[in-house]
Amino acid sequence: MNDVLDVALRLVAVFVCFLVLPLVVGQTEHKVMAHMQGRLGPMYAGGFHGWAQLVADGVKFAQKEDVVPENADRRIFQLAPAVALLPYLLVLLAIPIGPSEGAVGQVVDAGVFFVLAVMGVGVLGSLMAGWASANKFSLLGGLRTAAQLLAYELPMLLAAASVAMAAGTVSLPGILNAFAWWWVPWQIVGALVFFTAGLAELQRPPFDMPVADSEIIFGAYTEYTGLRFALFLLAEYAGIVVLCGLTTVLFLGGWHGPFGGDGLGWVWTLLKTAVLAFVVIWLRVSYPRLREDQLQKLAWTTLVPLALAQIALTGIVKVAIQ
Amino acid sequence: MTLAATTAAAHGFLSPTGVEVAFVLVGLATLGAALVTVTTRQLVHAALWLVVALGGLAVEYLLLTAEFIAWVQVLIYVGSVVVLLLFGLMLTKAPIGRSPDADSGNRPVALAVALAAAAALVWVVVDAFRTTWIDLDGPAQGSTDVIGQILFRHWVLPFEALSVLLLAALVGAIVLSRKKKEDER
Repeated sequence: MNDVLDVALRLVAVFVCFLVLPLVVGQTEHKVMAHMQGRLGPMYAGGFHGWAQLVADGVKFAQKEDVVPENADRRIFQLAPAVALLPYLLVLLAIPIGPSEGAVGQVVDAGVFFVLAVMGVGVLGSLMAGWASANKFSLLGGLRTAAQLLAYELPMLLAAASVAMAAGTVSLPGILNAFAWWWVPWQIVGALVFFTAGLAELQRPPFDMPVADSEIIFGAYTEYTGLRFALFLLAEYAGIVVLCGLTTVLFLGGWHGPFGGDGLGWVWTLLKTAVLAFVVIWLRVSYPRLREDQLQKLAWTTLVPLALAQIALTGIVKVAIQ
Repeated sequence: MTLAATTAAAHGFLSPTGVEVAFVLVGLATLGAALVTVTTRQLVHAALWLVVALGGLAVEYLLLTAEFIAWVQVLIYVGSVVVLLLFGLMLTKAPIGRSPDADSGNRPVALAVALAAAAALVWVVVDAFRTTWIDLDGPAQGSTDVIGQILFRHWVLPFEALSVLLLAALVGAIVLSRKKKEDER
């Protein structure tokens, strides 16, 4: 009985994180973007500085009519948001937030591969949406999504492989147990490559060519309304949480902190994740959108060689210190 | 085989365990998805059914405790190969709904080749393993650690040969795509 209760509690905890954290990031984005642009952002919903704005947005989305275009491929069109969202929930299960056994939803032996594999599946949702909408803008968005994924998946994998080499394990808690502070300067190039490639995989600015709202009208999501559109948005913010959490765990030492001991490990994880999420928002405000050829060039001529150089460096240092 | 412990004595086909039942059921679902993949007239649906078939294979690996192989299967096939396929399909004029010209006169030949290939593979696998059973209750025998040890201790030569083959394919692709450009000029 206790085992069942334990599993149920873990699932509930992960699910609550999955529902709350993306909304927190979304609300922060509203406010941070507004202040960076000299505005106030939402101020009324919920009273204090518009804290309930996203709840209000959710209610609004739920009230809207759920329209499926007549020529669309109905079932795939309706299935796409779930395919886009669920992988991030699964990834969240495997991210450890603290040092103890109980601080991770489920210990996965090949954790690094698990999270990268499942994150890659999420992109299928955008592709399905782009194709099934029977809309040229959506199709263009889907094409760009696929091209972007193919270009950025490789550097992301290579950067993650570098950390796995350094730690000598592919399990996420194992990597954290092996972490020492000098890993941060040692793996910094890999960290930058991983974070950049992750941003591109999430299609966040400045890599938002596939959804470019001013050119192809939100790409694959053009035809979506109401809750299904909200699910795609939720997937984007859940993706930010997952990417920042993963970067924290792989490159910034996760629950390791300068002080506070093991008991405060989860605070460090959340703090580092929050800082990275702030950077994601900051980049959105400060950088213009990259053109499609610039996107591809950045991936193939900059990120892939950098990631390979990082792997070589990791190998050399690893052999040297043994 | 070091991978699979031979504990054949205690096993029979008549009293399957839960995992074995699950294995067979997932196998049937995978086979069904694969059949739909090659018979459906809707091109993009075929690619999506391929996702189901490949995902089913990953689940089979998981049931055999080969966790690492399972995730690599998802990463490479579902995450990259299918995305590449869909990318290719989006460049074509594949309509939503049935493609009128998605039939081929080579259907019987393709069927024969597929059956021959399947028979050869099944025969090789059956002949290689016979009555070898994997002990599912003990420590995982397909963990990353074990796979790495076996791959780089016992199978280094095939592994290197394969990477050379892939490198050759890569170089070949680059050469082919370059030549075309010069012709156009």
